[in-house]
Amino acid sequence: MIQILDLLIQRNGSDALRVDSLDIHRGETLAVVGPNGAGKSTLLLALARLIRPVSGEIIYDGKSLMQLDELEYRRKISFVFQAPLLMDMTVEQNVALGLKFRGTSKDETRERVGKWIKQTGIESLSKRRAGQLSGGEAQRVSLARAFVLEPELLLLDEPFSSLDPPTRAKLIEDLSALLKADHRTAVFVTHNLNEAAKLSHRIAVIVGGRLRQVGPARQIKAHPADEAVEAFLQELPRSR
Amino acid sequence: MLIDSEILQITILSIQVSAIATVISLVIGLPFGTWLALGNFGARSFILSIINTGMALPPVVVGLVVAIMLWRSGPLGELRLIYTPIAIIIAQTIIAAPVVTGLTAAALEALDPRLQQQLLGLGASRVQMVWYLWREARLPLLAALMAGFGSVILEVGASMMVGGNIRGQTRVLTTAIVLETSKGEFGQALALSTLLLVLTYLINLALTWIQQRGRKADGQSARRKS
Repeated sequence: MIQILDLLIQRNGSDALRVDSLDIHRGETLAVVGPNGAGKSTLLLALARLIRPVSGEIIYDGKSLMQLDELEYRRKISFVFQAPLLMDMTVEQNVALGLKFRGTSKDETRERVGKWIKQTGIESLSKRRAGQLSGGEAQRVSLARAFVLEPELLLLDEPFSSLDPPTRAKLIEDLSALLKADHRTAVFVTHNLNEAAKLSHRIAVIVGGRLRQVGPARQIKAHPADEAVEAFLQELPRSR
Repeated sequence: MLIDSEILQITILSIQVSAIATVISLVIGLPFGTWLALGNFGARSFILSIINTGMALPPVVVGLVVAIMLWRSGPLGELRLIYTPIAIIIAQTIIAAPVVTGLTAAALEALDPRLQQQLLGLGASRVQMVWYLWREARLPLLAALMAGFGSVILEVGASMMVGGNIRGQTRVLTTAIVLETSKGEFGQALALSTLLLVLTYLINLALTWIQQRGRKADGQSARRKS
């Protein structure tokens, strides 16, 4: 579905991310792990076409991303950020936002919003305003807002990192169930290897602005591709 | 002594002129301030510093420049706008536009910068993104509007210089106050001043009420969270 070739992205004048080659298959969940500042979020922003690479290519369904109409492409994807970034409106209105951007009919919007509000367990919150939600509730709304678009590609940038451990564990479980049931292509950024292993089919390790290794969690743990990956794995707390 | 119908005419003209100047300032300042807040270009800081300086433009200086431009022998003299309400509107727009622009830029810069990417990531077009950013910053934007209106309804220098304070034509509340004071009619000047203050208060009261309605929801949410 997506091929990345010789990608180089610079931010503030210096190299932020290099990816020699990476394939993302339709229906798979790819977790991207690495230390803070490694370039994980940069990869997601590039996949969302929110930043432009200096060189290299991202090919989406056989076409270079830069050749696709920007808005048309962005409407095939959906992005969940680390912070919920909800708008000052009700939960229902927040969930419906992306559909409104796409000009979806009122009936269809009502039906899809109702379905995903239920799936993400926020039915009781639907009439509340965003400012009245806890962190966990807000992040659930953020997930519903992304899933309701039923995107071809779902991009999740450490969506649970600011939550307390029990809320986080529950949301990971729910997201895992949603992704499995939905067979949606997703790229999930985290710095937690266990979380990555639980949610994904494969893991991509980015250290020091370079994609080092891609494979199943077990393989990465058993055979780190280089010293940088090994050092990253060793630095992870045991609880992770 | 001014008679009641004349006071009414002066009051209506004051509101009309300042409201039109504020609306034009909004039409200029809202997109320009948005461009400055969201843009990423080299001269951005320089332009913002000019706008911030413009927010404190002395009305008499604006009046002088507009008067030179519109003077019968000036570059725009043929338009015959000097000593007309349009001249006052032009001068007041020059005073209010930097205020609206600067405060719009500040209001949008105060939003989480990731909100732009989030809206785009949900499939918003650029126009939809800007519209929802304005919606999110609607309370400080309303404050920008209030500040813009306040800066022109209360100014006297520019209105006097380019309007000429002509009875029945370009006399507004502030210029009438100056005239009555110069004639020693302090009672009349005080009455007009009170009228001006009440008028400004009522307009700001209405806008503040709208602002507080928005804040009330946030206050309730904070209490519920705790």
